[in-house]
Amino acid sequence: MTRGTIQNRDAFLQTIAQRLGRNPRLSDVSRPQWGYQPQWTVFDGYSQDDLLKVLQKQCELIHTDYIETTSAELAGALRRQVAAYGGGPVIVPDDPRFAEYGLSALLRDEWPAEQTTVHIWNPALGRQNIDAAEQANVGIAFSDITLAESGTVVLFSRNEQGRAIHFLPKTYIAIVPKSTVVPRMTQAAAVIHEQIEKGELVPSCINFITGPSNSADIEMNLVVGVHGPMKAAYIVVTDR
Amino acid sequence: MPMKIENGPFWKRVEENLQNDFMREAVAGMQDRGYVRRLGVIEELGHWEEWRSLAEQIRKHTLENLDYYLMQLSENVAKRGGHVFFAQTAEEANDYIRRVALEKQAKKIVKSKSMVTEEINLNPVLEAIGCQVVETDLGEYILQIDDHDPPSHIVGPALHKNKEQIRDVFQRKLGYTKSSDPVELARHAREMLRRDYLTADIGITGCNFAIAESGSITLVTNEGNADLVTALPKTQITVMGMERIVPTFEEMEVLVSMLTRSAVGQKLTSYITVLTGPRDEGDADGPEEFHLVIVDNGRSSILGTEFQPILQCIRCAACVNVCPVYRHIGGHSYGSIYSGPIGAVLSPLLGGYDDYKELPYASSLCAACTEACPVKIPLHELLIKHRQIIVEREGKAPVAEKLAMKAFRLGTASSPLYRFGTKFAPSAFAPFVEDGRITKGPGPLKAWTESREFPAPSKERFRDWFRDRQKGGNPL
Repeated sequence: MTRGTIQNRDAFLQTIAQRLGRNPRLSDVSRPQWGYQPQWTVFDGYSQDDLLKVLQKQCELIHTDYIETTSAELAGALRRQVAAYGGGPVIVPDDPRFAEYGLSALLRDEWPAEQTTVHIWNPALGRQNIDAAEQANVGIAFSDITLAESGTVVLFSRNEQGRAIHFLPKTYIAIVPKSTVVPRMTQAAAVIHEQIEKGELVPSCINFITGPSNSADIEMNLVVGVHGPMKAAYIVVTDR
Repeated sequence: MPMKIENGPFWKRVEENLQNDFMREAVAGMQDRGYVRRLGVIEELGHWEEWRSLAEQIRKHTLENLDYYLMQLSENVAKRGGHVFFAQTAEEANDYIRRVALEKQAKKIVKSKSMVTEEINLNPVLEAIGCQVVETDLGEYILQIDDHDPPSHIVGPALHKNKEQIRDVFQRKLGYTKSSDPVELARHAREMLRRDYLTADIGITGCNFAIAESGSITLVTNEGNADLVTALPKTQITVMGMERIVPTFEEMEVLVSMLTRSAVGQKLTSYITVLTGPRDEGDADGPEEFHLVIVDNGRSSILGTEFQPILQCIRCAACVNVCPVYRHIGGHSYGSIYSGPIGAVLSPLLGGYDDYKELPYASSLCAACTEACPVKIPLHELLIKHRQIIVEREGKAPVAEKLAMKAFRLGTASSPLYRFGTKFAPSAFAPFVEDGRITKGPGPLKAWTESREFPAPSKERFRDWFRDRQKGGNPL
């Protein structure tokens, strides 16, 4: 990776230090132990089943369809939800979990045979992926971490999973393995922070997505579906 | 849109806005519903005072070590291939962004909502070199197509407009033919803006929180516009006020939780997006080039002063949403893109007392703002500090307040004079009193009394009354 440029930094930081009445402090500052940690007490001691109940209830508030299924039934549940949203075209990331969860036949054979177009994100195709996302009726992706409190799916971008999958299609379905559900954003932030401490690079884009897009900019009336998807569903896989 | 949005004397703006019935109803409705929603999510969360103390500690620590965290942030951005430009002034920031736009031969630029780009007045700079600049936040978009109507609220910029006015603007400017139904209006904006996202050369965003440990920026929206602004154009420019930074993901998380609850009563908004550098090698979307512009523009002059706590602000507008004065006079009266209590403290600091000397008086000092603030900025105390400076050093207090402040100042210096001041007040207001209520007040009271009567200073001071009462005098 080519290092980027930094301009005007020294004088800028010098001014700040001067105003703070001390010499510039450019290294060796550590975070204090914060005097309060209320974020860790939320849903403390909740089982995975308890957290699913929290998630389900939150989905009502965020205008998101909530479906529970098992890995054996997942293909059927996904097929029904896509049909409920009006069918294809469908866009998905190139994610090995589709095969692990028994969805390869649906994506590669069944839907195409029914004239439901499926675009699998392929970085080698460049801009064509964005065109496919723009034309897609449904975007589908696996949640990497799921936040029960807010009803949020967390998605890490990678070469095989572009950002546009979550934003350009008219509707959106997240597949949520039960094991990915954590109490709240605190746990997700801690995982990412640990990775950084270990020297790992964070992906260029991390999305915390909570239901469909919305706006209350016109007379404070809630309009669901503005720039991003207009409908959203979470399909929770209870045995994974 | 520069920070200063309207000319004309403050009280004239207030009088005009008090005539705007729709705006006043809309603001009152927003405040009432927002109050219930905010308290609801706060109660559900629990331990709110601990959350506030934690958020305050984070903000204070970050400001006290701001040079360190900006150093760390810029190193990490550069390591990930991003370019960082430190801008002392609005001009430096605008010049840099203009150079990038020229170099990219940009024709179309899409923007997601950003207060700091309003503050530095970026759009005209880009328009002057032939770029089309499109605001994509629905509220900002409405204002932009309505000949740059100024924002009246830092979170809901088009709060002062009703749906019929918006329909008329859409008809006039966009060839819109449908109804004033907000869903139809929003769908139309969606159609129009889709084309813009897909054809723009540059995407410009603000920054809710930069994360020093990773060189990331965090964007908080409900519409998803910031995501399209950053996923599709080849170049991304992010502009941040220099104080909008946290040490790590863990502090970002805490402050985002406070921001979304305090701003809109949501546990999280629909989209919280953390972006680090340009797209990774081999990615098919995301920007090929990333520029981070870190703006001072007067902020460093606040550091090390008694006003430093204002830099803790996370721009949630909770203070605006509980302010009884904002409720009556609306955002445009403040004459600044920063309205309400936060605006009354910040605008004079960034824009000077000459333009904003009245704002610290646009407050009843009821302290609802201070109580609502998720990062514990003592807003009403900072308003009093402004008043002290205006009176003592600048001599610029509006006439009506000069009298009152004189009593206040003398009062703090000498107790006999304080007694004189409070004794004098009833006779000073006497010409305006009917039946013990002030119905046509002077100066600031005039605006207030247009909508309600103000209790007149009692002829009998509390002190006198208490003394009399001890002697068996009149009960109140």
